Amino acid sequence: MSALLEVKNITKIFPKVRANDGVNLTVEEGEIHAILGENGAGKSTLMNIIYGLYKPDSGELKLSGETLNLSGPHEAIEKGIGMVHQHFMLIPVLTVAENIVLGAEPGGISYNKKKANELIREISKNYHLEIDPDAKVKDLSVGLQQRVEILKAFYRHAKLLILDEPTAMLTPQETEELFGIMRRLKEQGISIIFISHKLDEVKEISDKVTVMRRGKTVGTLNTKDTNEQELANLMVGREVVLRVEKSEYKPGDVVLSVKDLTVADEQNIEKVKNVSFEIRGGEIFGLAGIDGNGQTELIEALMGLRQIKSGVIKYQNSDIEKLPTRERYKLGISYIPQDRQQEGLIMKFSVADNLILKEYKDSRYSKNGVIQYKKVFENASKKVEEYDIRPTDYTLLAGNLSGGNQQKIILAREVGSNPKLLIAVQPTRGMDVGAIEYIHKKLLELRDGGSAILLVSLELEEIMSLSDRIGVIHNGVIMDVLDGKSATREKIGLLMAGSQIDAKEVEV
Amino acid sequence: MSKVLKSIYMPILAVVIAIIIGSIIMLATGFNPVAAYTSLFIGAFGTFPNIANTLANAVPLIITGLGVAIAFNAGLFNIGAEGQYWIGAIVGTWIGYYFKGLPWYIHIPFALIAAMVAGGLWGGIIPGFAKAYTGAHEVITTMMMSYVAIYFSHYLLEFGPMMEKGSVPQSPLIKDSAVIPTIVPNTQLSYGIVIALVAALFVYWLMYKTVWGYEMRAVGFNQRASKYAGMNVPFNIVLSLSLSGIFAGLAGAVQILGVQHRLYDSFTSGYGYTAIVVALLAKNNPIGVVFSALLFAALGTGSQYMQLNAQVPGQLTDVITGLIIFFVAADKIIELFKTMFKKQKKEELAS
Repeated sequence: MSALLEVKNITKIFPKVRANDGVNLTVEEGEIHAILGENGAGKSTLMNIIYGLYKPDSGELKLSGETLNLSGPHEAIEKGIGMVHQHFMLIPVLTVAENIVLGAEPGGISYNKKKANELIREISKNYHLEIDPDAKVKDLSVGLQQRVEILKAFYRHAKLLILDEPTAMLTPQETEELFGIMRRLKEQGISIIFISHKLDEVKEISDKVTVMRRGKTVGTLNTKDTNEQELANLMVGREVVLRVEKSEYKPGDVVLSVKDLTVADEQNIEKVKNVSFEIRGGEIFGLAGIDGNGQTELIEALMGLRQIKSGVIKYQNSDIEKLPTRERYKLGISYIPQDRQQEGLIMKFSVADNLILKEYKDSRYSKNGVIQYKKVFENASKKVEEYDIRPTDYTLLAGNLSGGNQQKIILAREVGSNPKLLIAVQPTRGMDVGAIEYIHKKLLELRDGGSAILLVSLELEEIMSLSDRIGVIHNGVIMDVLDGKSATREKIGLLMAGSQIDAKEVEV
Repeated sequence: MSKVLKSIYMPILAVVIAIIIGSIIMLATGFNPVAAYTSLFIGAFGTFPNIANTLANAVPLIITGLGVAIAFNAGLFNIGAEGQYWIGAIVGTWIGYYFKGLPWYIHIPFALIAAMVAGGLWGGIIPGFAKAYTGAHEVITTMMMSYVAIYFSHYLLEFGPMMEKGSVPQSPLIKDSAVIPTIVPNTQLSYGIVIALVAALFVYWLMYKTVWGYEMRAVGFNQRASKYAGMNVPFNIVLSLSLSGIFAGLAGAVQILGVQHRLYDSFTSGYGYTAIVVALLAKNNPIGVVFSALLFAALGTGSQYMQLNAQVPGQLTDVITGLIIFFVAADKIIELFKTMFKKQKKEELAS
């Protein structure tokens, strides 16, 4: 094997930040090279430099021994570097073929559709990436859209493929499929740079790992010679607790009781069917399931954001299914929504304003309709310190903070109010190891204090390590509720896929 | 302090660039920009009566601009402030001449409040409810309502119930008890300016210090997160469009009671449209609205003087207005200028 890409001593300085500081990286031909690092470690900056979007302030880039001096992504593409961004760059109303050839269409002045489709069929056969060239991109699943992005790179003869957090938006099944694709590409001699902050994925798929921290490359390791603990420590720069340490399960009184709940979506299709379950104080109830099996509708119904068709929602022995959202908050229910930027925060409000988003009408923060900013700022400075929100200036707009710190604002607001019931939907989505550790710690503290927690997550690992009991939802029905200690990955997986009988057999 | 500077820096830069490009245009068309801008300035601020007239011109712009800014803050585009202004003017005029024998301290507030209610209904109730419950876009509904208001005034004044006896399409004069007195004799400056300044302070307080302002701004930035936080999104849409209409209506009445004293037949006052620019330049900050309204008022009063004394066509101020709008709307272009300038400086330092 010989080096395909060499990055030597690259430095890139943005105002106030050394985003890349003497970065070194060597990617061999036909290897999957993972770049591991927390949010803000400089992974994206490095990739953007390799892809020609940024010009480095100093250092050298070499591709197959030839020095690269890229003036833009078009040159990178020309040299055989392809990149699939975390957020896809596709035009939904165009077909797969049209998206792939866009900018390099076959044919002269008129677009040769037949030729384009032919070329794409050929590439998809060569690389085993099955796809229908005539399908509209908007009709494809996220996994297939990603495939279109990969095909785009190979249509332009990529030798080196950069995948920027490719699994962030995928279901576990789609992730497996993607890994299959990556392995086949590797066999065909394609080099892949795989950016991630998920340790298990890096361990599973990569040949080598380069760890980045604060703009520097901390080291490059052979994946098979290392373990997740070592990688996590390198990434965060200190000893990290990967295993969740949980105290004994001491369930209290029933806090939330859902009985025969049925909820329909906008098209009046029933998404939650006759669901019943209970959550007690001092317990974490994990709701496992594949995305789109009714979790969203269930949670929205619990929070009063969606009308229910029938059923009863009891909270501390009183019916709440008719109460508006705000009244439910007032009763001591907290909610960490799935999409922090769209649902949890107002990005153009300051951190201090976001911290009172649900309590601004409370007598603690306003009198006769006038907001008491002195109190608001007192609260903000307390929460910023307690939840380690950085930077500490709470007059900054929430949108200027990193994803991890944005989530901490929500956490400070929702957990800090010491709720009797916390509904947390994917609270660690897109977070890095250090932040996940912190969020898990806070959830467990709340549990140990006697609160009830409903944890909805697509990460089986997270559900299994935190939950005292696990409910598995499939197609709007809770298939079974398992004991957190004895539940196995296989059993939950089968229930998630909807096979009740098979699961029972496994039990036997 | 640095925060204030930071927020006013871009609008000021936009104005400066517009003025520079205006000079280039004047040079290219054979006028002397120094003479033109000097006379523009003298026309607007040169003498005491000129200052008074500029301030008087600013009054309707400030109040209508506040209305537009409230809607913008809530993420809504009230393009129909012009119509709400007309409704306020109609109601203010009617109460001004129809009711007799009221003392001024009842007559004036009565006219103003009735005009505010009418403007609020015109802007808030119909477009507001249509937006909140059916999703009808407020740009379309407020604009259509604006046409209805203007043509309604034509109907009233051209041989309609509000026409004064005779052949001129205008309303009767309002009663003396409804007149807002003038501050500076022989100018148009009335105590309306006090109403405008108080209104600006009030709107600032409302939007940035109260729970209602907090909610309206939250809804303006992110309806989804506001709903998730338990806010009543449709209510806030209706509220902000109503407030927007209330201020536009107030502007119409203040203009009638303080300056015109009767309603004339016309196609447009222009204030409702200029108010959009005023709010844009002020970045929807109520205090900023005062200054940006003053700027556009000064351009208005100064342009006539400039035309007379520097022989530069008064339309040049329209060009400058257009350029200001362009650069305010195109923040990115200014950013570009800035980085180009910085780069140059850096290179100079390096060499």
